[in-house]
Amino acid sequence: MNQPLPGQPSQVPVLALGDVLLVSLQGELHDGMAEQLQHDITHRVSTSRVTGVVIDISGVDVVDSFLGRVLAEIASTARLLAARTVLAGMRPAVAITLVELGLALPGLVTALDVDRAMELLSQRGS
Amino acid sequence: MTVSEQDAAESAPRVVSSFLEQRKEQIAQRWADAPLFRSVFTVSRDEAVEACKAVVEALSEVAVTGRLEDIAAPGFGTVRDQLGRMAATRARSGSAPAQIAAEVAGLRAPAVDLLREEFADPTAPQAQECVLTLTLLLGTLRLVVMETALDANTELIERQRQQLLEVATPVIELWEGTVAVPLIGTLDSARSQIVMESLLEAIVDQRARYAILDITGVPTVDSLVAQHLMKTVAAARLMGAECIVSGIRPAIAQTIVQLGIDLGSVLTRASLADALAYALGKQGIEMSRSDAGASAR
Repeated sequence: MNQPLPGQPSQVPVLALGDVLLVSLQGELHDGMAEQLQHDITHRVSTSRVTGVVIDISGVDVVDSFLGRVLAEIASTARLLAARTVLAGMRPAVAITLVELGLALPGLVTALDVDRAMELLSQRGS
Repeated sequence: MTVSEQDAAESAPRVVSSFLEQRKEQIAQRWADAPLFRSVFTVSRDEAVEACKAVVEALSEVAVTGRLEDIAAPGFGTVRDQLGRMAATRARSGSAPAQIAAEVAGLRAPAVDLLREEFADPTAPQAQECVLTLTLLLGTLRLVVMETALDANTELIERQRQQLLEVATPVIELWEGTVAVPLIGTLDSARSQIVMESLLEAIVDQRARYAILDITGVPTVDSLVAQHLMKTVAAARLMGAECIVSGIRPAIAQTIVQLGIDLGSVLTRASLADALAYALGKQGIEMSRSDAGASAR
């Protein structure tokens, strides 16, 4: 498991926009941070009245099998707590790599960017 | 003759080298009339003579080093460009490689004739040795010419392959938010990779919600092609776009079913028009015929 470098933040900020949680992942995400994020989101969804979670990965260069699994788990957990998860802003290179690895993330709803993701959540919510 | 056979064998390359150096002018004059040079330097005979001199100098240089059969000998490096240009010109004018080889072989006779004249007794062992050396040297020259000719061909094929890859995969914006890729020809790994890359780039650039893969122009679909298609569909989905495969001909549909390929997770439509209608319908775009259009009908 890779460790956080000193000087790097150990937590990903989770922003609340109305009844949607917005998480923007930047750069490399080490495994501890991913698990912390999973924990944070689950808590925020259960304690506040959140109906949607948008995870923006436009700043992520590499999605490995671990991060792929964590993202799928976040979506499944949020669904149990009645919130829908949308994965937004995946880069073409990342998508190609994931598909070549056989990780098509079948359970996840995806959107081109955060804007489209918010649109998707508001459509389905109404 | 007092020199032993051994000495003669050793000095032969040197003798040939100095012969080439001294008789450069004569050899060049004779070679310039050979078809190989005449067809390349059609404008000026002087230019052909200069080119021949350069080749003779290179041969002389190689002979000194004694690497008679080494096509990588440094001497050939200096004439490689020139030989390549000559071989390419001949190839462009439709000469077969064998014909080019024959033309290079034609350079041997004039040079050997000149060399024979150098010796008082052409049947002496040293003379024979020198002729043999020159023959070997010209054989190597022939190999070098063939090699450069083949290199030029390989380069051409590679460039055309690249052009084919670029030409064959345009991504077309059919409607705002809908892009289509008309696939034509056999899909292999390299092509499907390029299709995938250009499709994903187009999805980002044009903010497309729907991507249509039209396989009307794909002659056969086997399990490998189906796998490439499914990968492309999955990658487009990860980018937040819905992918529709259209243009599956009846024969191909039967093949897919007979091969037991599961395309169940892929949205398919019979034709590009159906796929576009589906994409427009999902975006809430309706089309109707205007009154003018109806009366014209």
